[in-house]
Amino acid sequence: MTRTRAEPMLATAPDGLRADLADLALPAPEHLARAVLTDLGLADMWAELPSPLGPIGVVWNGRGISWIDRAGDPDLLAARFGDRVGRPLHRVERVPEPLARAIEARLAGNRRVRIDLDLRGHTEFEVAVWLKALEIPRGEVRPYGWIAAEIGRPKAVRAVGTALSHNPVPLVVPCHRVVRSDGSIGQYSLGGPEAKRTVLTAEGLDLIEMESAARSGFRYVGSATTHVVCLPTCHHARRITERHRRPFRSLGMAVLDGYRPCRSCRPGSGAALAA
Amino acid sequence: MDTDLALVARLAANLDTAFSGLVEAHAARMYTIADRYLGVPSDAEEVAQDALVRAYAALAGYDAGRIRELKLRPWLATITINLARNRRRRIVDRMPPVQLDPLVEVGWEPATPAGLSPPALAERREQRRELAVALLRLPGPIREAVVLRYVDGLSVSETASALSRPEGTIKAQVHRGLRLLRRNLTPQLEIQADPAGEMTA
Repeated sequence: MTRTRAEPMLATAPDGLRADLADLALPAPEHLARAVLTDLGLADMWAELPSPLGPIGVVWNGRGISWIDRAGDPDLLAARFGDRVGRPLHRVERVPEPLARAIEARLAGNRRVRIDLDLRGHTEFEVAVWLKALEIPRGEVRPYGWIAAEIGRPKAVRAVGTALSHNPVPLVVPCHRVVRSDGSIGQYSLGGPEAKRTVLTAEGLDLIEMESAARSGFRYVGSATTHVVCLPTCHHARRITERHRRPFRSLGMAVLDGYRPCRSCRPGSGAALAA
Repeated sequence: MDTDLALVARLAANLDTAFSGLVEAHAARMYTIADRYLGVPSDAEEVAQDALVRAYAALAGYDAGRIRELKLRPWLATITINLARNRRRRIVDRMPPVQLDPLVEVGWEPATPAGLSPPALAERREQRRELAVALLRLPGPIREAVVLRYVDGLSVSETASALSRPEGTIKAQVHRGLRLLRRNLTPQLEIQADPAGEMTA
C-alpha cells in the first residue's frame, strides 16, 4: 500500500513557503531610528543635571554636547533649541553616566576631563572665543579684552562679548568667568548678572573683594618676593601673602618696577585696552 | 522603486536633512535582514544601527551624481549582510550553534486574518517560529540568498548584485534553500502522520 503523507500546509505549495518567508519581516526596534540619527548628530537628546544654578538641561548627540539651558521650563528649552539649532530634540530619562560624570568633573574645575562639544554651525570667531574661555581655570576670571587679545583680535572686545552671550554650552564653556575690565560682573546668558554671581561665588571667588579692588583701580597684583605680576584672581596672585602683595593700576607701572607678567594668567593680554 | 528614486534625489541634494527619510524607509528591513540571518535580536539591532551609520558615512563621501545612481535597496542590503556575516562569526565564537534555538525570537506578529481562534493563532505563531529556526539552520551563503530574495523581497538580479554573485548562482541557491526548508520543516509534521502509516505497514 502506498504511504500517504499528511503534507504540512507550510511546506506544500512553493508560493505558500515564499509567502511565509515574506511574513518573517519584522518592524524596526522602537529606538533604532532615534539612536542612529542621534549617533550621527542629525538629532539630539536632552536630560536634566544638577548645577549651581539649579537643574539644567543638557542636550547632546554623537558629536558632543550641543546645548545647555535652564531646565525649569522644558517647552521653553525645546523652543530655544529649535530656534537656534533646529534639529529634532527628544527628552530622555537621564544623561548617560560617562557624560554626566565628565560634566560634573568639569564644573568642579577639572579641565583635563575630555568633553566633546558639537559646535557646528557657529562662526570660526565664536568658536575661538569659546575655546579660549575654556582655558580660564575655576575660581578665576579674565576681562573681555584678555580673550580678544589672546585670540589675536585685540580690538574685537565687543564682539567677544556678543560671542560669549551666544555660548550654546554655558557652564561647560565657562563664559561666566569673563568679566568687564572695570571689575563689574557683566552680562550672562544663563539668567543674567545675578546667576553669574551665583556661579562665580560657588566657584570660590570673593566677588566683593574683587569688585572693590577693581573700583579702586587696582587691576594687577605683584609679588614682592618673585617680582611676578598677575591678574588679581590668578591662582598665583592669590597665594601672595599680604606682606608681599603689591597692587598696580597698570601693567606698565609694574614692569617699570621690575616685575614680569605671569606666564599663567598672562596679564599682558589686552592690557593696553584695559589700562 | 519610485520612493527610493525620490529619496536618492533628496539625499543627493541635502544628505543631513534627507537621511532621516532613509532611516524611516529602510531601518525595519535592514533589521529584518540582520535578525533573520543572525537569530539574535540584540545583535541584529546593533548590526542595523551600525549599517545605517556606515551608509551615512559612505553617502557623505559620494558626490551628488553617484548618490542619484545608487540602488538603495540592494546597496543597503549589502552593507547589512556584510556586517551581519562578521557579527555571525563572533556569535559563533562565543557559543555553540546548538544554543541558537532558544535565542530565536519571533517577536512581532504579522497581520493575521481577523477571527482566527486562539489555537489557530498559536499554531500560526509556532509555524512562524519553526520557519525562522529552519532558516537559521541553512548554510550561510544559502541563508543570505533566501533572506534577501524572499524575506526582504529583492529580485533575483538585486539579490545577485547585493551579494556579488552571478544570477544563476542565486537562482540555484534559493532553489536549494527552499528545498532544504521544506525538508527540514516536514519531519516534525510527519510524526503525526506516521502512526497511521505504521499501522498499515
